[in-house]
Amino acid sequence: MATQDIPRDVGGGRASLLYDPKVRGIFVQALVVVALGVLVYWIVGNTAENLKRANVASGFGFLNGRAGFDLSDTPIQFDSDSTYRRALLAGFLNTVIVALAGIVTATIIGFLLGVGRLANNWLIRKICTVYVEVFRNIPPLLVIFFWYFGVLSVLPLPKESIELPFGSFLNSRGIYLPRPVWDEGASLILVALAIGIAMSVFVARRAKQRQMATGQPFPVLWVSIALIVGLPLLALAATGFPLTFDLPKKSTFNLTGGFQIKPEFLALYLALSFYTASFIAEIVRAGIKGVSRGQSEAAAALGLRSGQTLRLVVVPQALRIVIPPLTSQYLNLTKNSSLAIAIGYPDLVAVGGTVLNQTGQAIEIVTIWMVVYLGLSLITSAFMNWFNAKMALVER
Amino acid sequence: MSENIGYVRTEMALPEPAPPRERGPVAWARKNLFATPVDSILTFIGLAIAATIVVPLFQWALVNAQWTGTDRTYCSTVAQGGIQPDGWSGACWAFVKAKFGQFMFGRYPIEERWRVILVAIMFVVLLVPLMVPRVPRKGLNAFLLFLVFPVVAYVLLVGDMFGLTHVETPLWGGLLVTLALSFVGIVVSLPLGILLALGRRSKMPVVKMVSVIFIETVRGVPLITVLFMASVMLPLFLPAGMSFDKFLRALIGVSLFASAYMAEVVRGGLQAIPKGQYEGADSLGLSYWQKMGLIVLPQALKLVIPGIVNTFIGMFKDTSLVYIISMFDLLGVVRQNFSDPAWASPQTPASGLVFAALVFWMFCFGMSRYSIYMEQRLDTGHKR
Amino acid sequence: MKYIVSGILGAAALSLMASAASAGTLEDVKAKGFLQCGVSTGLAGFSAPNDKGDWTGLDADFCRAVAAAVFGDGTKVKFTPLSAKERFTALQSGEIDLLSRNTTYTINRDTALGLNFAGITYYDGQGFMINAKKLPGVNSALQLSGAAVCVQTGTTTELNLADYFKANKMEYNPVVFEKLEEVNAAYDAGRCDVYTTDQSGLYGIRLTLSSPDDHVVLPEIISKEPLGPAVRQGDDKWNDIVRWTYYALLTAEELGITQANVDELKASGNPEIKRVLGTEADTKIGTDLGLNNDWVVSIVKAVGNYGELFERNVGQGSPLKIARGLNGQWTKGGLQYAPPIR
Repeated sequence: MATQDIPRDVGGGRASLLYDPKVRGIFVQALVVVALGVLVYWIVGNTAENLKRANVASGFGFLNGRAGFDLSDTPIQFDSDSTYRRALLAGFLNTVIVALAGIVTATIIGFLLGVGRLANNWLIRKICTVYVEVFRNIPPLLVIFFWYFGVLSVLPLPKESIELPFGSFLNSRGIYLPRPVWDEGASLILVALAIGIAMSVFVARRAKQRQMATGQPFPVLWVSIALIVGLPLLALAATGFPLTFDLPKKSTFNLTGGFQIKPEFLALYLALSFYTASFIAEIVRAGIKGVSRGQSEAAAALGLRSGQTLRLVVVPQALRIVIPPLTSQYLNLTKNSSLAIAIGYPDLVAVGGTVLNQTGQAIEIVTIWMVVYLGLSLITSAFMNWFNAKMALVER
Repeated sequence: MSENIGYVRTEMALPEPAPPRERGPVAWARKNLFATPVDSILTFIGLAIAATIVVPLFQWALVNAQWTGTDRTYCSTVAQGGIQPDGWSGACWAFVKAKFGQFMFGRYPIEERWRVILVAIMFVVLLVPLMVPRVPRKGLNAFLLFLVFPVVAYVLLVGDMFGLTHVETPLWGGLLVTLALSFVGIVVSLPLGILLALGRRSKMPVVKMVSVIFIETVRGVPLITVLFMASVMLPLFLPAGMSFDKFLRALIGVSLFASAYMAEVVRGGLQAIPKGQYEGADSLGLSYWQKMGLIVLPQALKLVIPGIVNTFIGMFKDTSLVYIISMFDLLGVVRQNFSDPAWASPQTPASGLVFAALVFWMFCFGMSRYSIYMEQRLDTGHKR
Repeated sequence: MKYIVSGILGAAALSLMASAASAGTLEDVKAKGFLQCGVSTGLAGFSAPNDKGDWTGLDADFCRAVAAAVFGDGTKVKFTPLSAKERFTALQSGEIDLLSRNTTYTINRDTALGLNFAGITYYDGQGFMINAKKLPGVNSALQLSGAAVCVQTGTTTELNLADYFKANKMEYNPVVFEKLEEVNAAYDAGRCDVYTTDQSGLYGIRLTLSSPDDHVVLPEIISKEPLGPAVRQGDDKWNDIVRWTYYALLTAEELGITQANVDELKASGNPEIKRVLGTEADTKIGTDLGLNNDWVVSIVKAVGNYGELFERNVGQGSPLKIARGLNGQWTKGGLQYAPPIR
């Protein structure tokens, strides 16, 4: 009988199984899967039932339908006879255009500000600091509204346009620029430009090889500029200036002719650039401060001039710190461009909203939005991983 | 010889004052503004920028501004049908003054606004002692602010019980909506973000995958699409007849969005904790939650305070996007009032927006300064 | 702490949630005790909050009429302001019971979007408005080639605009916004030359501009815009109630039953009036609809007849001063015609 008491102290396998982390892990995961499954089932069931009850046709077939509306700003040929698919494509391209323009401008302003915040000049430092602290702490939508309602809509009406140099005009409908019209032979200029770029690339490669082999530097920058600007100019002269300008003229309602940049685009572009620049400035500042002082001192000891120190020693190292957060700022700018909807610039979200309204295909449109933006961010993070791998310090 | 002929001084010589060139404002200016020719040029450029922006801004905002008035005529020129001389350009603070109640409370009934003010006072009374490190009893304070206060505030703001009249959320607006959305967003997103971050670093593949998918999806899309989902699609996901209040939908959207960002910030902190800390906790026989709650998270969260506050600031700014789904936060109310025919004038939009910008800026700047202060205070010197 | 927070939020969520069984819309509405009615975010004359925050206008009053028919009390209604984009989803999902928001009746909406229109409460057409002071000499829409046109996105207006300019081989430059107030502001600020929407809307919007007298509505009407209340497809009983509420308003006007005299007329011997007001012996008209027999009395007491509704909100009694025109009774050359209540 005494022997029967022993197993009770061991406690049995069941209790220890409960405390086995592996078993518990499986149990927790099974629970999560079941809970998620039930939730998804519930949502899908409800949605299907709601759609059926409302008799809404689902699927992406509607994309081939005639849009029937016009877009205020479109980079591709689009009119009311085009399809919804094309409308969304135009919206997507608008997103890309405003995002790219914003990224370029924001980067330039941001770098200037970031360097300015580290300048020896007290005034410049303070101006840059005030700028950064102001723009970082107000919502981007407010900046957009400020440009659109506070600045651009206060400009005069088309009849009293402000005249700018080179036959350009500024009024509450935007900026009107002369539009270049190419005549016969203009394609030669494009060819010249392409040749110029190709030759610069070639020169740069050869120069690098030569420097690696002999240590002799070669003024790549100046030669490239000469090639890229000079060759097309030569071609222009050779073909007898086949270029005229379509100047904007006043008509009953607006200015006609020329190239119009709409205030919606301007407001969005300026707001995104100015807002994002304040974040880029901080990133650049952190990047430059992150390069240890010994690096530039060592470069000076080697006899590099200050420009060379910056270009060959400091910037490459600062870039390693700067690029990853910079990419995520670019992504933020792209996502913030969806605020276009508040001022009626036809970006992907705004056009999608119109299509959603005309067709009632809420789920499909939201899916398209998500896929496009997720795609953009996946591409960006892929680039970031590639860049990190390339730039990572190669250690022993 | 009684006189001292030793040539060693017995007392220190007084230091000579710095040469005049190195003293005073002139020297300061030379050193900080005109050190090199390039510096001098930069200084003049800076002065030019400051003059072209600051002087007109000062004139617009203060000198030429219209402080009193009852309608648009006070803020428009004669040509625009007002009383100001032609060519006048100044801020229309009279507009802000007249609409101030709306900017703060939206369309919250005037006779019930004391409830909002009471909530605001309670909020300040609970928040300030929590933020000043010297005040004791932080635990009780936090308990009151994060658990009791929301309930009291909910009862007071929504009403419909204890004899308070019901104030529907569509009537809410202005700063009230901005602060309510942000506060709830902060209170919800921090714990949710921590859970997601732990999930992402979990060893359980399913939990990890679910967290990663959620975090990356939400971070990959603009807030607008999340808000659209919450406002347009959420009703489709629910069974017929069941519906959420619009305000609550926006709350869900904003909180989920912020928690994904919060998760990434917290993950950064978790990754920075040395492995030894985890192993040490394991060797003491602490359970997972004890290990995280007592050892890892206190250290990790302290490391990422700046990131957390940045996320709060971002969320505070992002609440302005609810305007796009037809809710009226501070910015939305300001925007809506531009089109009030009684006040529409060329100066109205800029004045309203500058006022809104000032309010947003004060909150965000205050938060960022406080985070810098806390960061320095909590810096226990472990950083290498 | 997390659990408590989520518990509180859960409780808050539950109390903010209006949940009901989905037997039929009428039962749902009766169970929750009020009618949830979708209206616009603010269009003078149709649905707009006044200074006190009460909703006024033709569409808002129609909601009250339906509430009166169901509950005998026109105040048992809650309004949900909706943008053009949200309106159909709100109805489809059951967030609102009735959409009374100057919505144009089209075949696409009737079929593919899963709505049912219960009638045409206002016959409208799309028109154009310009600033006559800034554009002297323009007096026809056919002179608008090259103009910048402000329009609200996601409406039939946007589509008609494209069709009209295309058909007349004219160019234009659309300036589109999500919300009505954004379009108004843009037009007022001179961002565009022309404002287009339903003509009734143009008259309402003109009042809100900074100098209403400068603006004229051009004579052309480029489309048919029959505006009416919509309900979800597949609930015939609820559709009947909304439809016959509308007909009751018309019938009341035809028979001269007004808010002021409805109580006296209950004693009237006129068989037609007796039938409509439910004072006929053993009448089943109201109960067959699922309502009380005095439903018409409740409606007229709450909001008046169609004529009173019209004049008060958009007609001579309102700042809009729109003539009855197409919206007159069929006996007076209009299109409003109610089938007999018998």
